[in-house]
Amino acid sequence: MKEDPKYYDYWPYENRPKIEWPNGAKVAFWVAPNIEFYELNPPNNPFRTPWPQPNPALPGYTSRDWGNRVGHIRQMKLLDKYGIRGSISLSTALCDHHPEIIKLCKERDWEFFSHGIYNTRYTYGMTEAQEREMIQDSMETIYKHTGQKCAGYLAPALSHSENTLDLFAEVGSELFGDEGGIYSCDLFHDDQPTPINLRSGKRFVSIPYSLEMNDTIAYLVQKVTPRRYGQELKENFDRLYAEGEESGTIMCIPTHNYQVSNAHRIKAYEEALEYITGHPDVWVTTGKEIASYFLEHYYDKVITDITEKKAQYGNIG
Amino acid sequence: MATLDKNYLSYSHRSYGMDHDRYEWSMLTDRKPINWPNGKKVALWVNVGLQFFPLNQKGIPFKVPGGMTKPYPDLRHYSLRDYGNRVGIYRFFKALDTYNITPTFAMNTRLAERLPYLVGKLTERGDEILCHGYDMDKLHYGGQDIAEENELVKRALDGLRKLTGQDIKGWISPAKNESKNTPDILATNGIEYFCDWANDEMPYDFNTKTGKLTAMPLSSELDDHFVILNNLHSAKDWFNQVEDAFHFLLNEANTEGGRILSLNIHPWVLGQPHRIHYLEKILEFLGNHPDVWPASSSNILSTWKSQQG
Repeated sequence: MKEDPKYYDYWPYENRPKIEWPNGAKVAFWVAPNIEFYELNPPNNPFRTPWPQPNPALPGYTSRDWGNRVGHIRQMKLLDKYGIRGSISLSTALCDHHPEIIKLCKERDWEFFSHGIYNTRYTYGMTEAQEREMIQDSMETIYKHTGQKCAGYLAPALSHSENTLDLFAEVGSELFGDEGGIYSCDLFHDDQPTPINLRSGKRFVSIPYSLEMNDTIAYLVQKVTPRRYGQELKENFDRLYAEGEESGTIMCIPTHNYQVSNAHRIKAYEEALEYITGHPDVWVTTGKEIASYFLEHYYDKVITDITEKKAQYGNIG
Repeated sequence: MATLDKNYLSYSHRSYGMDHDRYEWSMLTDRKPINWPNGKKVALWVNVGLQFFPLNQKGIPFKVPGGMTKPYPDLRHYSLRDYGNRVGIYRFFKALDTYNITPTFAMNTRLAERLPYLVGKLTERGDEILCHGYDMDKLHYGGQDIAEENELVKRALDGLRKLTGQDIKGWISPAKNESKNTPDILATNGIEYFCDWANDEMPYDFNTKTGKLTAMPLSSELDDHFVILNNLHSAKDWFNQVEDAFHFLLNEANTEGGRILSLNIHPWVLGQPHRIHYLEKILEFLGNHPDVWPASSSNILSTWKSQQG
């Protein structure tokens, strides 16, 4: 085991090269609905137990199923209303189970990225070959059902191995060349995109996907009230918008239909979306578009800046 | 390092629909819109949990949420839960009657055995009673011996039917926990609908080995125990959440057909002096709203059923 995954270098949040988003936007804003399938009776994983109760574990399973049966349409209507295309973190088995949902998202030109096969199959304990097979299956499934070349990854249930990012990038290149496997949502170290160091040397970027703004973290871990969550979204945006004047920032709202679409929560979420999209200098976009834009326009500048700072101040000790 | 079973990457249920055969996959918006009586938009299902948490809790296979947490005798939790059945419930009765709200009571059979006065009160009122299992420590759970569970369901239902004189048709398991056999056993014992599967906002057909049940989802999200004691929100915050939920459902009902606002509440939570005001306030608001239909769960269900097919 390593002390540091060594994915990125130290890059202080001051005096960075200025990032300018399209049309002078200060914030690149994206919404990442997790559309997930949790199994009622998943196989055992020695490192993590899927459900707290013996099978059938109704509380967790029924809540997630509610998200697909009821919640999905509610959030989708809201994103339509505010002109937001979702960037879906997808349990790719859902293409087989619930193709109706995939069709609705595809019609809206939403982005599909990989969140594994099921959110009840963890990476923990997989050999490198098994993890590669799982990632490849997920990317091929997205391509087969949507025609999209999967660009992004969020490991299923945020379960990782030391190889996760390398494997995703490599399988992406094998399947789709430079269009496949270009960004990750698995790291939470920054409010701007960061080049990621991979064993292949591939141009690959971490795109901020905020755990702090994640509805499940807010509601199940922090246990905030819906109105408080709505307020936090606005305050998070206000700060990133102000700082985006100096250099473009990213705001992401990662959501789950089984949380944010509940009748008592959706109003607070809507107010935040209305507030954010009501500002003039916001680039309402998707994860892939941010990653591609950054790779094309800023990746090299940022690498140069990081290299110079390392030369001047020394690398991480 | 432990390794995974070679089948960890095989997916035997990876095909259209659910990963089990209990019900059909269906999105709410793909179903036929429902009309509630008299043009009402939102059916209000107030489900009052009347619960007995025994002091000598066994906690098999887990300690029931809301149950004893301290070493025996956990007098603090025992008596604080009992408060609901002695004091809180009488505040509930007054509030419900003041604002003309029809409630449904989900009662542990053991509580009915213990409190003939309360049973008399309920039967005199004539409100619908659901069976909420035998007591809060008699969980239905995966791996439970089927003969034991059969006996438990039969004891709970026979007892409550006898004590209340009602032909009990509805069921909520303690902690909404089940074994894989629970729906089959319930159907065999004359249950027509059950509320444990909170995966929808309208009733739906549920398959059992012995016939059809109807699932009548009772939301856990606005449950007072969940919001106030698990999420640690204030009673005022609970009020705000119900208010926001109602406005959203009303708006949705205007375009997509009748909706149900289900409130699962407990006299040991909202019946406290510092919280009851917020229950009264929401019942006053909903009871006076022209688009609200306060109804028992059976009444909501029969209206829904009459519009199927």
